[in-house]
Amino acid sequence: MAFHRITFNVNGELEQADVPSNMTLLKMLRENLALTGTKNGCAEGECGACTVLMNGEPVNSCLVLAVECDGAEIVTVEGLAHDERLDAVQQTIIDAGGVQCGFCTPGILISARALLDRNPQPSEEDIRIALVGNLCRCTGYVRIIQGVQEAARI
Amino acid sequence: MVMEETNTKVPSPIGENKIRLDAREKVTGAALFADDIQFGSGLLHARVKRSPHPHARIISIDTSKAKALPGVKAVVTGEDYPGYIGLYLLDRHIFCRDKVRYVGDPVAGVAAKSEQIAEKALQLIEVEYEVLEPVLDPEAGVSPEAPLLHPNLEEYEVANFIFPEPGTNISNHFKIRKGDVESVWDECEALVERKYHIPHIQHVPIEPHVAIAKVDETGEVTLWGSSQSPFAQRNLIAKCLGISQSDMRVIAPYVGGGFGSKAGVSMEALAVVIASQVKGRPVKLLLTREEEFYTAFVRQGLVAYFKMGCDADGRLLAMENKFFWDAGAYTEYGVNITRASGYSSSGPYEVPNVKTDSYCVYTNHPVGGPMRGFGMPEMHAGLEQCIDELARDIDMDPVEFRRINCLKTGSVLVTGSKMHPIGLTQCLEKAADAIGWGSKAPPSAPNKKRGKGIALMWKAPAMPPNAGSSAWVELAEDGTLTVGVGGQDIGQGAFTVAAQMAAAALGVPYEWVRIATPVDTLYSPYEWQTVASRLTWSMGNAVVNAAKDARRQILDLVAEAWEEDPQNLDIVNGIVVSYKSEREMPLKDIAIYGLPKPDDQGWLGGPVRGRGNFMPSYITGLDPETGQGERAVVHYTTGAQAVELEVDLDTGRVEILRGVSAFDVGRAINPELVEAQMEGGFVQGMSSALFESMQLKDGVMQNPSFVDYRIATSTDVPLDLENIIVEVPQDDGPWGARGVGEHSMVPTIPAIANAIYDAVGIRMEGPPFTAEKIYLAMLDAGIVK
Repeated sequence: MAFHRITFNVNGELEQADVPSNMTLLKMLRENLALTGTKNGCAEGECGACTVLMNGEPVNSCLVLAVECDGAEIVTVEGLAHDERLDAVQQTIIDAGGVQCGFCTPGILISARALLDRNPQPSEEDIRIALVGNLCRCTGYVRIIQGVQEAARI
Repeated sequence: MVMEETNTKVPSPIGENKIRLDAREKVTGAALFADDIQFGSGLLHARVKRSPHPHARIISIDTSKAKALPGVKAVVTGEDYPGYIGLYLLDRHIFCRDKVRYVGDPVAGVAAKSEQIAEKALQLIEVEYEVLEPVLDPEAGVSPEAPLLHPNLEEYEVANFIFPEPGTNISNHFKIRKGDVESVWDECEALVERKYHIPHIQHVPIEPHVAIAKVDETGEVTLWGSSQSPFAQRNLIAKCLGISQSDMRVIAPYVGGGFGSKAGVSMEALAVVIASQVKGRPVKLLLTREEEFYTAFVRQGLVAYFKMGCDADGRLLAMENKFFWDAGAYTEYGVNITRASGYSSSGPYEVPNVKTDSYCVYTNHPVGGPMRGFGMPEMHAGLEQCIDELARDIDMDPVEFRRINCLKTGSVLVTGSKMHPIGLTQCLEKAADAIGWGSKAPPSAPNKKRGKGIALMWKAPAMPPNAGSSAWVELAEDGTLTVGVGGQDIGQGAFTVAAQMAAAALGVPYEWVRIATPVDTLYSPYEWQTVASRLTWSMGNAVVNAAKDARRQILDLVAEAWEEDPQNLDIVNGIVVSYKSEREMPLKDIAIYGLPKPDDQGWLGGPVRGRGNFMPSYITGLDPETGQGERAVVHYTTGAQAVELEVDLDTGRVEILRGVSAFDVGRAINPELVEAQMEGGFVQGMSSALFESMQLKDGVMQNPSFVDYRIATSTDVPLDLENIIVEVPQDDGPWGARGVGEHSMVPTIPAIANAIYDAVGIRMEGPPFTAEKIYLAMLDAGIVK
């Protein structure tokens, strides 16, 4: 297996890694960098639990190869809060009661952050569509959608 | 939300919407799930070779090539593990030994240095099968001609309330014989006879099953896993392997969704057995999503026959029900679902004459396990539609019909016992009011039809009569509290509720309480399992008892030190106060180091640790021939759901516009968490009603992925979901509380089905009510052309 040296930025910090050709971004984050907040729910791009920001865009990290991240800027759920201050959408999803088991939560927060970055005043429909790739089995989505609406309001 | 007025005073923070304890760690990615634990480079990866046949005899297994593959550390088969495992009926080997009984049945396991090597090793294992005729239908499975799936059924160890019929594929037959149905059919003004078929569905937690096992040189086992049942796993795996329970340690961090699929032992024993061949090395088995779909416990299928009749005044006179549970290859859990559906087979109604036969049938389908509702969503799906039909047959409003017949305090239940105080009528009326029962708004477009539907439910925790809980409460130097529990937070908020109860019972602020996590059978107090919606009630009682024990220790100590009567002392906001002397002292000055004696010559007290437990003592058996008995269950939680929907005549698509849930939870310890359960359960129920079905063809699941097995997404749910809390206290619940985790998806299928009927006048044999099925049914009925 060929290895590749890549340099990339994760949550504001520069990282260098030697990664095999077939390693996914998800595996690199979880196993090489111990950033286990990004979850593996299906490893086939269907559930959204592994969503991270890659150059500002939400991607399923299970479908991105680590080698593709050379020079990229990655933000994971661990990178949303700054100086112990939660990102607005982290706080509003807590306040709305949109957290239950918490396994889909990191991916949902990243998708919501990406939406709010490109569209600070999303409609309810915009929010639903932005989250359609993030499956949640506990909450029924209602409180999550309300949490994102509230984040857009403040 | 509407709160019922109750007279009992409750201490803070009972009844308050405290933010969940685990919220911050869950939104920052800090919360630890089993697959997040880092084991370093010594970790081995396991994969499992599974049966491609629904039913076959194993002729031979050749593992020599797999063993020779570099990087492979262990290959195991069932040969060395003859023990049986199971919760109520021990009918399963960890790895198959003589026969395979479903597609996915584990035949061999591999541990290797990487997942890729393990996967490659699986391909090198050669298994020769003699394919046998499968049983693919539960009704066919009970016929004498059916192939026998477990010829040695009579040798299996079984709980004393389960009744297998050796020589058949029936692993439990539960009977109700109450009154005499035959004598009253002629008196009935209206009779409804229907057959329903409820398909298999999958639990689909977003976190797949994962287990990491390590066996050390002395044989002590450590298992880390995503688990609803660490103590049951300790017990069942130890029993199966013939080791001591204390040599088996289970560590269970947060669970990324369970819904029953992570209860009992599902795949964890596979990891333990594989790890036992590579002593000292941790071995991880993580199910792929595909395996999750076709090898994890499923919600078993049901073929249900209902016959029920009422008189001209709308009084239910009789019900005759037959349930054939398609419980799959091993029915270790399904046998108790069969029992629960039997002793609840009247639905939440008082019916003088009931005859029920509930059969648990072995088939060559995936293994049935406990899924949210434990048989009740499946049973109510048909039953609550029949109730609607009966009401319409005698020209009575379905809400009025239900009001007349539904259980009230003191009603005689189907098992002959009496109903405890119950708020079902309030649930019915509030749900009907909230949905605007009796009024019909025009559809949103000319090609749509609008309808409303309602359904009731009841459900008891289905568990052994002596399922117990325990807890401890310990104070730190700063006076804060750590609470040890063995129940699990699987998303429902059990830890938060436990913390609220401990805070209230001891007298400290909620913010001072933390839960000792992860649950670890070596240190955590015993808990039977996180199932049956029983934690708030059962574990809650244990937590309250532990907190009261700590409180008593503290007050006795202070009384002695201050030379006062403990009756005059209290703990308020973490401060011990005397109402007599008006002295005060913060807990932090007492908790660890005690207090000086009144004469200052020596010390009193010591580190405070309260302990408590709870186990129901009053459950009696049921007569095996009649299903009658004094008290079969601890309690029933009851409730109602109502929906308003539209059916698109051009496409058949059903859109849920509004949903209302009303449940009698006894007492809401944290109303917002209760509402979140109602809402999440409604959507899960809606998903099962509209989208979900494991498509089994010749025993093979055809849709084992999220693309082909659709669950509700953010675009499917109505935001207009109203949650109504009714509170008629439970006599032995903490502050009157009883559980509500599962109940919220029990009446959803029939509420939607009744609304579809109201909209377009069609009924289906079973869910899912997909656009295609609805459209074709409308074509058949001549509603569309």
